[in-house]
Parts: sequence; structure tokens; C-alpha cells
Amino acid sequence: MAQITLDRIAHSFNPKPTSEADYALKNIDYQWEDGGAYALLGPSGCGKTTLLNIISGLLTPSNGRVLYDNNDMTLLSPEQRNIAQVFQFPVIYDTMTVAENLAFPLVNRGVERSEIDKRVADMLQTLELADKANRRAQGLTADEKQKISLGRGLVRYDVSAILFDEPLTVIDPHMKWQLRTKLKSLHEQLGHTMIYVTHDQTEALTFADKVVVMLEGNVLQVGTPEELFDNPAHTFVGYFIGSPGMNIFPGTVSGKTLRLGSVDVQLSKGYSNLNGKIEIGIRPEFITLTSADKAGPQGMKFDLESIEDVGRQKIVRGNIEGVTVNVIVSEDSEIPSEPYAIFDAERVCVYQDSFLVSGDS
Amino acid sequence: MSKPYNNKAWLFVLPVFVLVAISAIIPLMTVVNYSVQDTFGNNVFYWAGTEWFTEVLHSSRFHDALGRNLLFSAIILTIEIPLGICIALTLPKKGIWVPVCLILMALPLLIPWNVVGTIWQVFGRADIGLLGNTLSKLGVDYNYATNVFDAWATIIVMDVWHWTSLVVLLCYAGLVSIPEAYYQAARIDGASKWKVFRYIQLPKIKRVLLIAVLLRFMDSFMIYTEPFVLTGGGPGNSTTFLSIDLVKTAIGQFDLGPAAAMSIIYFLIVLLLSWVFYTVMENYGAEKQDPRVEQD
Repeated sequence: MAQITLDRIAHSFNPKPTSEADYALKNIDYQWEDGGAYALLGPSGCGKTTLLNIISGLLTPSNGRVLYDNNDMTLLSPEQRNIAQVFQFPVIYDTMTVAENLAFPLVNRGVERSEIDKRVADMLQTLELADKANRRAQGLTADEKQKISLGRGLVRYDVSAILFDEPLTVIDPHMKWQLRTKLKSLHEQLGHTMIYVTHDQTEALTFADKVVVMLEGNVLQVGTPEELFDNPAHTFVGYFIGSPGMNIFPGTVSGKTLRLGSVDVQLSKGYSNLNGKIEIGIRPEFITLTSADKAGPQGMKFDLESIEDVGRQKIVRGNIEGVTVNVIVSEDSEIPSEPYAIFDAERVCVYQDSFLVSGDS
Repeated sequence: MSKPYNNKAWLFVLPVFVLVAISAIIPLMTVVNYSVQDTFGNNVFYWAGTEWFTEVLHSSRFHDALGRNLLFSAIILTIEIPLGICIALTLPKKGIWVPVCLILMALPLLIPWNVVGTIWQVFGRADIGLLGNTLSKLGVDYNYATNVFDAWATIIVMDVWHWTSLVVLLCYAGLVSIPEAYYQAARIDGASKWKVFRYIQLPKIKRVLLIAVLLRFMDSFMIYTEPFVLTGGGPGNSTTFLSIDLVKTAIGQFDLGPAAAMSIIYFLIVLLLSWVFYTVMENYGAEKQDPRVEQD
């Protein structure tokens, strides 16, 4: 187990990169603490897998260093780094049985036979594959194959870290939930550093203690699920996390006053020296809808467009002063016929050129 | 909704049946016809029954030729299959050298069989051939026309030169279709090069390899042009393979009955051995699969 440091990592698949756009990863500096459960979250093509392959050693970065416990590993192979990695599509050794598949990484490392048998038997139990131990891996279903792939990583107790590259993509929804829970409990049990790549926010938020959000080769924010929800550092984080994501629209802020069209809203913090493109972010959870008489001076007229019932909540779509805004209300709440929207002043975020500005309280 | 079942599909298969009948079945039947009769020409036929078959199966000439065929095919497969796999493994997987290598590999396959024979016949001649002359200058007594070993060696080298490329190209096609994730997983699992070959590459190319083995077996078992052009089956009868013997019997001696019987036996041997190869390779290491489980 190890603490993993990325020191100014940049990577380009073009051997002679000329501009910023040639880089799949742009200057990433981060320290993964020993024993942490991390998720790398971002849309397809943002460089998550590239970053993962650099951490594992499948790829050597164009610039920067990878350190494990302060030892430079940049040029070492995955084998030398002692890392486990699970891929998006199940990789199994067709001609081997399930048990032989699980034993393979241990056999290659010259672990004693009795120890291998013990660990493989344990892993078969954990993965609930004990009854198929002596079957050929070839004929199994996709979930079972992926379980074997996971198992080949987890069977190595002494690894520096276990990396997962969207491992549940091919798995049935109900199995997904089971496997995710299993991974979480294995993490608690074994205490390995785990890094989990995904583009699914639910997966990231349920698995990880800390989520790293990436976009176009940059790390936008690292934080606990709460931090990402409460204070998205970038408009993309706000929009990407949450369902529906944060409402983001242009506005003018001076001091503690937010001007939105013809309405002024009082904020809890003051902002000075703002310049560039100013945007306002507020999560749909933090807007309340009320009738005209209860709205008060902070109320803004809300033109209702549609109401979607999503189980325990309703998503109300509409617009305020010409900008589209989503509001989440509980399923039993009444929506007034002429609704007015009120923002929770504490929860309004102000973005300058897409990045969060912290106000003065 | 129930699917309509009828026999319309046969109509679509019919043209192929007709074509195969004209190109293969009817000629084959005439051979069968000859094999059970005796003729002295002038379209006069006498019923011979299984006489020709018994004669061919008991003739030492047939046994000797069959033995040569089996030996030849065995040598060819032992050389060409491993060599082909090795070359395929070393070919580049991407980059500008890929087309260059593939074209170079395909070149021998484009040369007509009798041209290959002639090329090597000239190449190996001690007086004017580059190979033969060089060898004799080096003091090696090489002469395919008089020395049995030299004749065999020349034919084997010719065949290896001509046909290993086929095995290479088939295996290469199988190798490039293996997803990168397999190699990555193997690196993560700490697999050695040999284990990558044994547990990833070999199982993944198994099917194309089966085709390669079948093609090379059938083709080498039907060897004709190379020994015919080189020495005409000599020195002595040392390179008289079944095909050469067959042509001698049919055209040289005009013994149509025995030749026809021999053709049928020859054909059945090729069929039988191909079936054996197919069954053995297909079932090697396989177990009964649950038919409900989807195969990939």
C-alpha cells in the first residue's frame, strides 16, 4: 500500500505536441492518500483512463513524475509498481478455469501453492463463484467474467493500489449495485488505496470518499461528495453532479446584491472586484416555490413550463426573467398557480469565468 | 406471432447445388464409374467390382507413395506452423512498416506453382544456379537430381518458402484482433511473454490456426507441381508422391481403372485426415458448454 503522488503530470498522444490542445492531460498535480477510496469522474474523453494508465504504469507520461511513497516510479512497469487494475470489459483467460484465473497473478509472482489455494478459496467465496471454481471461464456470463477480473485484482493482498476503469459498464443494474457494495466493503476490510474511474455520478458518489472531477484533461475539483454538491468549484462540476444539475445563468453581482433581469436578490456574502464572465449557480434543491402573497421582496416570478414526477420528488421546470431554471420540490408539496421562486441566499454560488468566487462574509 | 415455416429456402440453395453438381459431383461420379470397371478402349467396359481397390490397397507402390506423402506433410506442418506463428508474432502491429511487411509476406503467394518449381530448379542447379553454384563452391556436394536427401530438402524448402506466408497472414489477422486490454491485463497480472502467448495469443488465434493447419495439410498432401517440375518424381522414385504416381498410372500407363480407384482412396484419405485434424483441434481442451450461455 502506498501514497501516490502525481507531480505535474501531462500527457500527449502526439509525439511532438505543439499546442495545449494536443495534450490529453494538462499539468495534473495530486496526492492520493494511502488507503483512500477515490473516484475519477468526468465525461467520456476527459482523460480519466489516460490518467489511470499513467498511475498504473501502462503508460509513461510525456511530462512529470509519478511517486509511490516518494519513490520515483515514472519509468517502472505495472509489475514493478505492484498495482492491480480492472478494465472496462472483462478480461479472462479463456482456457483456464475460474480458480486458475484467480490464481494466475499469484502464480506469476511465485507465491507459495498453499497460500495461493487459501487466497483463491477466500476470493471465490467473496465473489460467490465457489460453485463454478472448476468450470472453464470461457462459458460464463459477462457479470461473472467481470467478477473474475475484479477478483484477479483483489486476490493480491499486498498491492500498492487497485485501479478500476469503469468496471461495471457491462454489468446488469441490480448486479451493479451488489458489486459496488462489495467493493466498498472490501475497501473497508482490506484498506487498499482504490481509484475508481467512472462517468456515472451515482457510482462515484456512493463508492468514493473523495471524488476527482475532470474535464478536458484538467482536474476541476477534488472533494467529498458533500463538497462537490455544496460548493462546486467550477460550473461544470455544478452541472455534472446532481440530477438535474445546478442551475447556471448569467447575472450581475455588486456587493451583496444579485441583479437578475429586473429583480434584486440579497446574498449572504459580498463580492467585490468581479470581472470577466459572471455566472450564478444555484442547485434546484435550494429554490422554493411559493405563492405571490408569501413571496416577499426576494420572490421572483416563476413561469411554470412542466412538472415531472420522479418518485419521491417533483422536478419543476420553468423560467425566471427569461432563463430556464429547474426546481426540486417534495412530491406532496402543492405548487401554487402563480408561483414565485425564492433562492436560499446561503446557497447561491457566484462564478467568474466558470470558476467559483468565494465571497467576503 | 408464429413464424411461417415452409421450404422456400431450398430455392435459394438450389443454384449452388446445381453448380456443385456440375463442378464436383458429376466428375467424381465418372471416376467412381471407372473405378469399378475395366476397359481396353473403344468404349468397351467390363465389370471389375472392387478388384482395382484391392489391387491398389495391396500394391507396395501405393504404400511407398502414401508413406512419402505422410512424411512430407508431417515435415511441412512441423516447420510451417511454428515458423508462421513466430513470424506473425514478430511482425509490427502498427506503423508504416505494416503494409511493407504484409506485401513482402504476400509476394510468394502470388507466384504460380509451376513458376515456383522452375525458379528453384534453376536456383539449385550446380552449374548456373545461385544456390547450387554457391554450395558447390563451398565444397558441399549438392545435387537434387541424384541425391535423395537433396531432392527432398529442396522440395521442402520450396514449399516452406512458398506457403509459410499463408500461415503468417492468417495468424497475423488473428493476433491483431486481440483487444489491447488483454495485453494490459497480462502486464498487470505479471504474466511473462511465454504466458501471454500460451494463455492469450494462442487461444485467441486457435480458430485461424485450425484453418491454417487444414489448408497446409490438404495442400501439402496433394503436392504435385514442385517435385514434378524439379525431378519428375526422382531420383528413382524418391519424390514420387501419390499425385505423381496417380498421373503416371492414369496418363503414363493409361490404367484408368486403377487410377480411378486410387483417386478415390486418395480423396478419402485427405478427407479423413482433415476431419481428424478438425475434430482434435476443435475439441482440444474444450468442455461441454451450457447451451444457454452466450458464446463470444
